[in-house]
Amino acid sequence: MRTETKRMIKRLMRNPSAVLGFSLLIFFTIIAIIAPIICPPQSYDPYMIPIATWDKTPQPPTAEHPFGVIDGRDIFYGVIWGTRTAFKVGLIVTLTSTVIGLLIGSVAGYFGGWLDEILMRITDIFLSIPYILAAIVVTAFLGMGLNKVMISLITFGWMATARLIRGNILQVREEQYVLAARALGVSDYLVILKHVLPNTIFPVIIQATMRIGSLVITAAALSFLGLGAPVGYADWGSLLNFARNWLLGASGEAFKYWYAIVYPGTAMVLFVLAWNLVGDALRDVFDPRLRG
Amino acid sequence: MVAYVIRRFLLLPLILFGISLIVFGMIQSLGSDRLLAAYVNPGLLDKLTPNQLEKIKEKYGLKDPMVVRYVKWLKNTLSGDLGWSVVGKEPVKDAILNRLPWTVELALYSIIPVVFVGVWLGIIAAVNRDKFVDHFVRIFAVVGWSFPDFVFGLLVLMIFYSVLGWFPPGNLSFWADTVVKSPEFRRFTSLVTLDALLNGRFDVFVDALLHLIAPILTLSWLWWAYLLRITRSSMLEVLTKEYIRTARAKGLAENVVINKHARKNAMIPVITVGGGMVIQLFAGTVIVEMVFNRTGMGSFTATAATQLDYASIMASTLFYSLILVIGNLVIDILYAAVDPRIRFS
Repeated sequence: MRTETKRMIKRLMRNPSAVLGFSLLIFFTIIAIIAPIICPPQSYDPYMIPIATWDKTPQPPTAEHPFGVIDGRDIFYGVIWGTRTAFKVGLIVTLTSTVIGLLIGSVAGYFGGWLDEILMRITDIFLSIPYILAAIVVTAFLGMGLNKVMISLITFGWMATARLIRGNILQVREEQYVLAARALGVSDYLVILKHVLPNTIFPVIIQATMRIGSLVITAAALSFLGLGAPVGYADWGSLLNFARNWLLGASGEAFKYWYAIVYPGTAMVLFVLAWNLVGDALRDVFDPRLRG
Repeated sequence: MVAYVIRRFLLLPLILFGISLIVFGMIQSLGSDRLLAAYVNPGLLDKLTPNQLEKIKEKYGLKDPMVVRYVKWLKNTLSGDLGWSVVGKEPVKDAILNRLPWTVELALYSIIPVVFVGVWLGIIAAVNRDKFVDHFVRIFAVVGWSFPDFVFGLLVLMIFYSVLGWFPPGNLSFWADTVVKSPEFRRFTSLVTLDALLNGRFDVFVDALLHLIAPILTLSWLWWAYLLRITRSSMLEVLTKEYIRTARAKGLAENVVINKHARKNAMIPVITVGGGMVIQLFAGTVIVEMVFNRTGMGSFTATAATQLDYASIMASTLFYSLILVIGNLVIDILYAAVDPRIRFS
């Protein structure tokens, strides 16, 4: 291992919040991997929470259902398999939208001129619709469901990356080594891929890591509004949607339905927290200038 | 400065044109049969003969070529004819005008706690860098930023409504709603808290306020975390500047250095971010209004989306985008006015 990499890892491990973030992330990864062992699927689609009872009233935790039952479905099962849903949504959306942003941003930044102008104005236009609203609208038009949520989040999720990479490329473009490569007749495509991107990619990776958390929140918010995952799908947002309906009709009934919020809510907060802490840590190590 | 403002204004129509294209494109992806629902009260739709349906399609130009339809749609939209809202059971324009004041009230009142608490926490953290207060505030920021607004909102709802019974969900209590809708209650501003005061109905004012506290707390929570981070890092940067060292060297008291010399300069990035935040507060009402069962633009949009009320969805999108675009313009101009480095570069 290179000494530089070693030093980076050492610095990461000295930072307590980074250690916490990575530990949480490892914990969630393990949960996601061994989900079929913890909660064996009972139907052909493991992501559908099996129906525990036909009584829709929430039931507090018991030995059989450790997190309680809501809408006749086992919350524990939903939280465990919901981890997979969260990873799926977070990673797919972030990766795809980052790649799209990279493509658009690097073309705009590297070639400049009218191409840059057009691409950046398109970026402006996409940025002019509030993210959560764009997600809601596109999902409604595509016809709801988790895949539609992911498509809409990707459609309106690439702009920050595009702007970031464009700005960085504008700086790098004037560097000696890029000028030298171009003078030697290296093709544009190769210059971008071999010289420009490796020197501009770190901020993009950091930004993408920090975005995963808020993406998972937005996707869950759509499920919470009833636009995302179908009823009964193992998804933290939909579990919380059930809880909302019961809470609104329960004044003065104390903590009667606490389990319906606390368990899926904690899972979500910790998951998002893990990504945010890891993002912060990566930023501190790779780009100390941005430290806040 | 003038050139900068002019450039921004020249870009405005271009962006609005782009948004209208996106919105129009989405409508067209539906096909003409489903589009009829956006123009006609769906209750009537079943009673019409195919011949009448064709006439309506003709009237709204659903059979014309794309460009003609775009121009027509734009004309209708600009003249305020936004179609029929299934969710609101009234024309979209009225539905929006009836709900807007509630959302404006919520978003505007949220600005006060967001800005004051956020900036205050950020400055405290920066001044006490690496001390206990700083660590505490930073942990608060990270955890707060990781807390989805609807999870936090549900917790607030559970604690302050289900357990304590202090802050009920909804817009107004039933009795207050009756008062507001009665003919004696004059609507001066259509913001219910202000109107209540102007009408001398202090009880209605208190009731409206009680319904606002929980959603405001939920909206503020997320942005405290955000704003305090910006303020802290901006303040830290300013504190390393030469003029701060000079101020300290000439023996000024520490609180004068912080309050007079550092804070003003540290506020510049906060203004840009803070302005964007106000716009995001409006978008945030979508979730918060749903959590607290409030009537407003946000819950209107969300309900329209779940019930596939396309006319309302499109109008809301245009509305929110307009707020965003105009808001951003105002912020940029303000920013250039505050920071000379921007307008001369």
